[in-house]
Amino acid sequence: MDIRIRILTIGGAVCILLMVVELVRRRKLKEEYSVLWVFTAVFILLVSIWFSLLAKVTNAIGAISPASTLFFFGLLFSLVLLLHFSVRISSLERRLTALVQEVGLMNVEEPDGEQAQDEPQPAHVAEPAGVDR
Amino acid sequence: MSNHLVVIPAFNEEANVASVVADVRTSLPGFDVLVIDDGSADDTAAIARHAGARVLRLPVNSGYGVALQSGYKYAVRQGYAVIAQMDADGQHRAEFMPQLLALVQDGSADIVIGSRFLDQDGHYQPSRARKIGMSLFSAMASRIMRQHVSDPTSGYQVMRHDVARFFCSDVYPADYPDADILILLHRSGFRVAEVAVQMRMPTGKSMHAGHKSIYYVYKMFLSILVTMLRPAVEKRA
Repeated sequence: MDIRIRILTIGGAVCILLMVVELVRRRKLKEEYSVLWVFTAVFILLVSIWFSLLAKVTNAIGAISPASTLFFFGLLFSLVLLLHFSVRISSLERRLTALVQEVGLMNVEEPDGEQAQDEPQPAHVAEPAGVDR
Repeated sequence: MSNHLVVIPAFNEEANVASVVADVRTSLPGFDVLVIDDGSADDTAAIARHAGARVLRLPVNSGYGVALQSGYKYAVRQGYAVIAQMDADGQHRAEFMPQLLALVQDGSADIVIGSRFLDQDGHYQPSRARKIGMSLFSAMASRIMRQHVSDPTSGYQVMRHDVARFFCSDVYPADYPDADILILLHRSGFRVAEVAVQMRMPTGKSMHAGHKSIYYVYKMFLSILVTMLRPAVEKRA
């Protein structure tokens, strides 16, 4: 593999690693989310330095250029990350919905002209534990 | 305070909500009325309160299913024994509710759906696209449940409190409950029944109209598929 692309990929991987560590240090990125990033950066670093491994993987998956192997795994990583974000967004939406409902339930308004003594006593009826996560 | 509650989800229904609440209070004096204001931009909440309904306001517009589920949560926490639901757009008429209620009260069903199509008098004519979707999913639901389900889209229902409690959990498809929820109920051991009712044709926009029909068909197929793939949920967990 051309030395220029190796410098590029090694430099890129090191940059991503440093940025992730810095973001976690400044608490802008939760440790939980750093896993996929660190994993990918280390993978790119590994195959850039240890070229014979990349050549083997390229051969094994039937690609022609080692660079396209890197791009393929880079793209795969991006898709996994996007899917991961979709899952997180779905989870956030469910939690937001539960909160919106709780806010509504906290102050139910009585009909005009009726006093608050109509407010029924809260009954102790168990509700299934709805919001896990 | 009664132990019967009517839940009426409403989004920007200031034109209709007062007459719906008045209709319920006249026809069903034994019911408390709860209007769920689903983040309306208009005066729905104030008008509903003025008409004599209790009002639960969601701070942001969250959709029909979420609004309904808020009503179930309220009903369960307040200990209501029977929960009915109607749409706020004036399609539904409270006068038919006693027929539905009778089936719940005599113990022959856990949830009763008011069906537009059961009497087959053709009084209700949906658009052709909707008709195809409705008949497709009612056929699927009927086959899976081994009982005739003619109108799974109907929002005119009455249920026992344990059905409402079941709906309070994450199993409820909060964006758009339809045939999938009936299949889920069936799989979970609840008894579903239908009663023929008359409905008015919708005057304005339906709460479902925002959904693109292609997405509706896709979503319902997916939802029924994953409902069948999931293990059955025990109803009295």
